[in-house]
Formats: sequence, structure tokens, C-alpha cells
Amino acid sequence: MAFDIKINGTSHSVDVDGDTPLLWVLRDVLGMTGTKFGCGMALCGACTVHQDGTAIRSCITPIESVGTGEITTIEAVGQTEAGQKIQKAWLDVEVVQCGYCQSGQIMSASALLAGNPHPTDGDIDDAMSGNICRCGTYVRIREAIKQAAQPAATNERRG
Amino acid sequence: MILDRIFPAGDQNVSRRTVLSVGLAVGGGLLLGIGIPALVDEALAADDKSFSPNAFVRIDPDGQVTLIVCQVEMGQGTYTSMPMLIAEELGVDLAQVHVEHAPPDDKLYSNPLIGFQVTGGSTSVRGFWKPLRIAGAAARTMLVATAAQAWKVDAASCHVEKGTVIHAATGRRLAYGALVAQAAKQTPPTDVALKDPKDFTLVGKPVKRTDTADKVNGKAEYGIDVKIPGMKIATVAACPVIGGKLASVDDSKAKAVKGVREIVRLDNAVAVIADHMGAAKKGLEALVITWDGGANAKYSTADLVAQLADAAKKPGAVAQQDGDVGAAMAGAATKIEAVYEMPLLAHTTMEPMNCTVHVRADGCEIWVGTQVLSRAQATAAAVTGLPLDKVKVHNHLLGGGFGRRLDIDGVTQAVQIAKQVAYPVKVVWTREEDVQHDVYRPYYYDLLSAGLDGKGAPVAFSHRVVASSILARWAPPFFKNGLDIDAVDGAAGPYGVPNVLVDYVRQEPPAGLTTGWWRGVGVTHNAFMVEGFIDELAVAARQDPVAYRRALLDKNLRARGVLDLAADKAGWGKPLPGDVGRGVSLVFGFGTYIAQVAEVSVGKDGRVKVQRVVCAVDCGRQVNPDTIRAQMQGGVIYGLTAALYGEITLRDGRVEQGNFDSYPALRIDEAPTIEVHIVDSQEEPGGMGEPGTATIAPAVVNAVYALTGKRLRKLPIDTSQLKSA
Ligand code: FES
Ligand code: FES
Repeated sequence: MAFDIKINGTSHSVDVDGDTPLLWVLRDVLGMTGTKFGCGMALCGACTVHQDGTAIRSCITPIESVGTGEITTIEAVGQTEAGQKIQKAWLDVEVVQCGYCQSGQIMSASALLAGNPHPTDGDIDDAMSGNICRCGTYVRIREAIKQAAQPAATNERRG
Repeated sequence: MILDRIFPAGDQNVSRRTVLSVGLAVGGGLLLGIGIPALVDEALAADDKSFSPNAFVRIDPDGQVTLIVCQVEMGQGTYTSMPMLIAEELGVDLAQVHVEHAPPDDKLYSNPLIGFQVTGGSTSVRGFWKPLRIAGAAARTMLVATAAQAWKVDAASCHVEKGTVIHAATGRRLAYGALVAQAAKQTPPTDVALKDPKDFTLVGKPVKRTDTADKVNGKAEYGIDVKIPGMKIATVAACPVIGGKLASVDDSKAKAVKGVREIVRLDNAVAVIADHMGAAKKGLEALVITWDGGANAKYSTADLVAQLADAAKKPGAVAQQDGDVGAAMAGAATKIEAVYEMPLLAHTTMEPMNCTVHVRADGCEIWVGTQVLSRAQATAAAVTGLPLDKVKVHNHLLGGGFGRRLDIDGVTQAVQIAKQVAYPVKVVWTREEDVQHDVYRPYYYDLLSAGLDGKGAPVAFSHRVVASSILARWAPPFFKNGLDIDAVDGAAGPYGVPNVLVDYVRQEPPAGLTTGWWRGVGVTHNAFMVEGFIDELAVAARQDPVAYRRALLDKNLRARGVLDLAADKAGWGKPLPGDVGRGVSLVFGFGTYIAQVAEVSVGKDGRVKVQRVVCAVDCGRQVNPDTIRAQMQGGVIYGLTAALYGEITLRDGRVEQGNFDSYPALRIDEAPTIEVHIVDSQEEPGGMGEPGTATIAPAVVNAVYALTGKRLRKLPIDTSQLKSA
């Protein structure tokens, strides 16, 4: 059956089974491949998107459960304040290696920052430990989140 | 290791053997072909001895510089470090240099890239260090000569700056773009002057990577992201028993799943093709499959280990023999023997295996991220029966390689599937399929023994490596006289011991269980064995582990340098809290020296927490120091995941692990702080992609010993041995 969903501010109608995970609707039906597949079981975080600002794993989110929730993906997270800060910090700190996990990392980190402007190390662990990076960029992810959480003036100086 | 032989590191002959050709690019640019014989080993390449460039530099009339290379970007920063080398010698800004994957899709180049295209073995910077600089310098020389001729001045009175030739005396300037058409008519210089490294303005400075912007906004396109008009998505189940076959499949329920298009049968697998992966997975679950397990239906890890242990009793092919180990051992005051083991490992690249293929009657197109482009092309030609030149391979960014994408099993399977349908199909493996049908790092079962003199110093050292041979399968010409030179790489360690014997016994698992490259390859395995064992010797000699190693490094000053640096920065010898242990390891591999000190604690449940890792690295001259740090940090995490968790086991012929729940990866809350100290060195650049991975496991087990007195000779770390409650 057809479902109407709102992604990055645009409405889409998709005709798939209701139990189809949002991940495949994004990637294969709508061609938005910034959101990645890593495990399909909510174990790696590669598929993280926001639903009404909260980080969710799209690989286990049935399309029928999305309803009127507003979905934000990596393609548009730069339009949010937190997302933009995180993306900038990611480039400043040079976090990325192969980059495959980074869409999910950035989605998790920007949801964290939006809800908690000054996360502690423990807050970072809690918010980010669901995201695996096989290239091992964790040291820099932590550093980048801390940098993004600094007041703008300090940010400028460091950048 | 093998890739070292194909791409000799720091080979002085490389500069002499680098061959340049010059020509006019379509559109009026200057095209410089660079033939790097070191990249084309006779054992692997075609017999064609004619000039066959393996990299190109093109300078367009608008001044843009394009570097076309066969190396692929998989996170290691190649697409930044290679342009740095060109930019440095050519005298342009880094931003002016772009990189293209080879072979190019367009028709610009009449000269095909021949040879063996591979990215691996930490070779990118090492293989290209001299040739790319020579190419940049040659192009600069020709551009300067062209300008000097036009101005009728001596070329020596001109200099270059940011892509412009300048005659300072008269203030005349000509941009490179304006000179390329004329310069292309010149004969390339046979002898070019390279910059004195002390004049480098770019190389050796931390430079921002050029490939990152699109990796933070979702635009970067990996193999799995390819979109081809009319494309369908397939997912696969291969026989879960290694080497087994498909007996029968009932697909009636799968066909009823909305979005499912076709079910394709292969000898040993079934694929469900659908409109999207959600439907393909649902269809796959709805299949009722009967497998024919065949000969391995009862095979288990215990059988594998028993076979290795048995094979270990026989002497092997000798890899290194110094002095007389037998006599020295007989005269030794103390003798120590140990068996060390490392498990089968999967790679779990973050991007699961995938490959998109379109087979038509007149040709085949492939979209994939691979470390071995030409092999992908060859397998497609073999499966389809098409001539090689009808197979076009489009390479993409790799969501991690780690050696997994040096094999093309996934490409072969995708072509077999695509051959049966009329449209392009993207075959995506689930994570479970990726873990259960990997090409695994071999199981290693090694015997080590040493004889110590009255003062505890080793007078004899022997190391028997027992494992399957990756080389014999992957590059047979390099497997000679029963010896796998990769399996024994680093097996003698970096120490000065007068009597040494290293031998290798090949023992293959049953067909269907394939072993292959894994980050750090031979060096990673031998580092664990040798560095754990040398620690045992230090204990037997009642000496400090750093001092003990140090005394054996009189003739290996770079190794001693990193050991000292790591010990110093880590505060070796200074008191630690009672619940923290400290361990050291030292590795030479890929032209790079690394020492690491790990600080660990052990929970009551036996779980090991690595808190801090201090790394000292001497990788010769640095190209991009920030990339070196990143590779070291990442290498430690990759190696630590393996040390703490990595283990593939078999039962009833089936791999028992499936996803990140049963084959875990280290997460951010478990990641130690990692400090990297780089030695300022003028030596030839060493590789950085792998050595960091090799060094961490022994540092950790040595630290566990220091803390608990428990010697771990087998990976992954068995927490049950460390439980205190
Ligand atoms: S793909 Fe969703 S968490 Fe891994
Ligand atoms: S950057 Fe490669 S998996 Fe995270």
C-alpha cells in the first residue's frame, strides 16, 4: 500500500509493504543513498536518521510506523544548527577515513548536540556507542563533538 | 610481504627505472605518462615489455592538473598524499591537482593501463614517492623550457610559482595552461633535478584531505550507492556449509512478496532480485532452501586446529637460517618453548560486500569498489565469455578495504547472477552473508622456542609458522619451494639473535574455506607471536621488558629509537595505579618502525579495558603527518577489535558468527586514548596503512601479563582466564 512520508521537508508517496524498513525506502525507492546500510539490526548506527529530531535506526523502522513524523537525513542535516556545527567540526578535526560510517555518526552526534549543547564524555559515550566505525575514527569523533559544543567565538579561534 | 616484493619500498632503482612519455592530450593539454617498473612485477604482469604507463599527469589549458592513478581511496588518504607529491615538484597549489580513478572511462588515453592494479600493502606512498615527484619535476622542467624559449632567455633564469613560470629580471609571466600545447612537443628530460627535501613547502606538512567534504553530507558515492537506470536490487544466500551446494529451493512464497521480481539459482547460492533491498530480504527469508552440505558438513574449528597442530610436528620450508640453532639450543642455560595461536578473522568492512552488474549480449559493465580492478574485469570476462575489452569496470569509493576487497569472489557471484537477467542488478550482501562468506584471515598455529645464556640473553631463536598460504592462492608465482614469504614476514623479529631458524609449514583448510589478506597480513600475525614470546623471555631473564628488548637492538637503531621514544612518552617505569598494567611491543613492517605502550585494566568479569596507547612511529619521511596519525589511531582500533573480540569459528561446517552482535567491533566507549609521536626522519617513506594494527595486540597481552601474571598466547583474549570474581 502507499504511504505518505515527509523527508527533509518534502512529502513523498511510496508504494511498499508496511513492514519495509525506512532505510530501503530512502536508499532504493527514493534514491537518497547518503543514509547507509551496515547491519540491518540496529547494531551499527550506519543508517541513523532523525525522526522529529530524535536519532533513530532506519533499518529497523517500518515505514508504516513513521506516520506524520518528520524525517531528516544526512542530505539535509546541514540545514539544522547542530548538524551544521557538527559537519564543520568533522572537517576541522579531519575525522573521516573511508567515510562510510560517517553519515550515521554525524546524525547521532547532531541529535546529541541539539538536545545537549555541552555533552560530557559520558554523554558522548551514551549517544555514540551505537555507531560503529571500522576505520577507528573514535578519538577524533570525540574531539569533534567537543569542538562543535564550544561557544562560537572559541570555535572561530580554533578553526 | 608479497606486496613489498611487487612494490619494493625505498628502492633506489625506482628513480632510474621510472620511464616518462609525453604527448598532447585531447583538448590541447600536456599528457605525461609515468611508467613505474616497480609496480609491474614480471611474475604477475603480461610479457609486454613495451612502455606501459601506470599513472598519468595531465595539465589542461585552463591550468588544472589531473593525476590519473590506479590506486583507490579507501580511507587511507591516498587521494591527498599522491597529489601532494605532484604539486610539490610541479610548483602548483594542492587545490589545482585533481585525482581520477584509472582506468579512465573517457577516450583521452590511447595507452591502456597495463600491469597489475592493486591498492594494498601500505604501498601507495611508497610506490609512488619517487615516480610522482619525477613526473612533477619533469613537467615543470618542460614548462620552464617552453617559456624560456618563447622569451629567448636562459631557462635557469626562470622560476615557478603557483602554476606560473616567471622571469624575474623582466617581470614576464606565463601560466602553465598557456604553455602546455607547446610543452607537449618536447622530449621529456631524462634527468630531472628533484627538490631538496629541505625546500619542501607541502610535503611533510599536515594537509587537509581533499575527499572529505562529500563524506560529511551524504554525497560521496560508494559502490553500494550506485544508481543505474532500470536497476534492480538482489540479495543472496550462499550455502552456509563451506564448500556446499544448493540442492533445491521452493520459491513460491518468495515470489508472492511485493516487489520481488525474480529468483536466480547458482550452484551454491540463491539470489532474490527485487525492486528494493527490503523486498529482496523479505523474499530471501520466504525461500525454503535445501542445502547439500557435502564433505564439510561436520567440519569444526577443532578439526582445523587439530590439523594445524599435527602439521606443526613436521619441519617446514626454511625461510631464514642464521648460525646453528640446534647447537646453540643444546648449549643454552635455559630453554623456553611456546605455542601461539591466532583465529580465523572476518574483515567486516563497514560497507558490506556489493557489486552492480549489467550483462548485455555485447558487453558487461560493473560498478564496484575494489582494490583489484583488473581482476574484477578478468573474472567478469571469464564468467560471461566476453572478451576483456568488452568488460568495463567503474571503480567507486570503498567503504573500507582492510584486504577484503583484494578478492573478487563477490564480483564473480554478481556477474553469475546478472548473466541470468536482462537488466542491471545490484547485488548486496547482508551483514550475515558478509561475515559467513568472507575470505578469512588464516588461523595461525606457531611454535616458538628460544635458548637463553646464563645472563638471560637469547642465543637461539626458532619460529615455525603453520598456516594456509594466501600467496599460493592469490599470487601463485610468488609461492616457491613450499615457502609463503608473507606468512613469515617479521617472524624473526627485529632483534639481534646470533642463531635463528624460521620455517613454514603449509596446511590448508578444506576447499570452500578460503583464506586471504587482512590488514597488516604477515606482519600482524608475527608481531603477536614474536612480541608476546620476547616478553616471556624477558620474564624468564628477570629483566624489564623494555630494557631486555633494547639490549638486542644495537644494530637496529631506528627500532631502538621508537622503543625509547614510546617508553619515554608513556612514562615507562613510573608507578601506575594498582589496577593498571603496562605492556610494550615493537614491530618493523612495511618499511616502518613502531613501538606501542598499552595501559590496561581488567574487570572482575575478566574483561580487558585498554585505557591508553602511546605510539612512537618512524615511517621515514612524512608526506602528510595528519594522515599518519589517523592511520595509527585507526590501526590501533582495528587491531584492538581483533585482539579483544575477533574470532570466526566453525561448527557443522558453518560459520557461527553473523552480525555485529556475535562478531563485535570496538565502540567509542571502549576506545582508549591514543597518543602518536612521529620521529623526524629523512629515510625513504614507509607504509602506514597497516603497522599500527600489528603492534597493538602484543602490547595489550603483555600489559595483561604485567597486571595479572597470566600469559595469553592465543587471541582473542579469553576473559574466562582473567576472571577474579
Ligand atoms: S544498518 Fe541500521 S544500525 Fe546498522
Ligand atoms: S570512517 Fe570508515 S567506517 Fe568509519
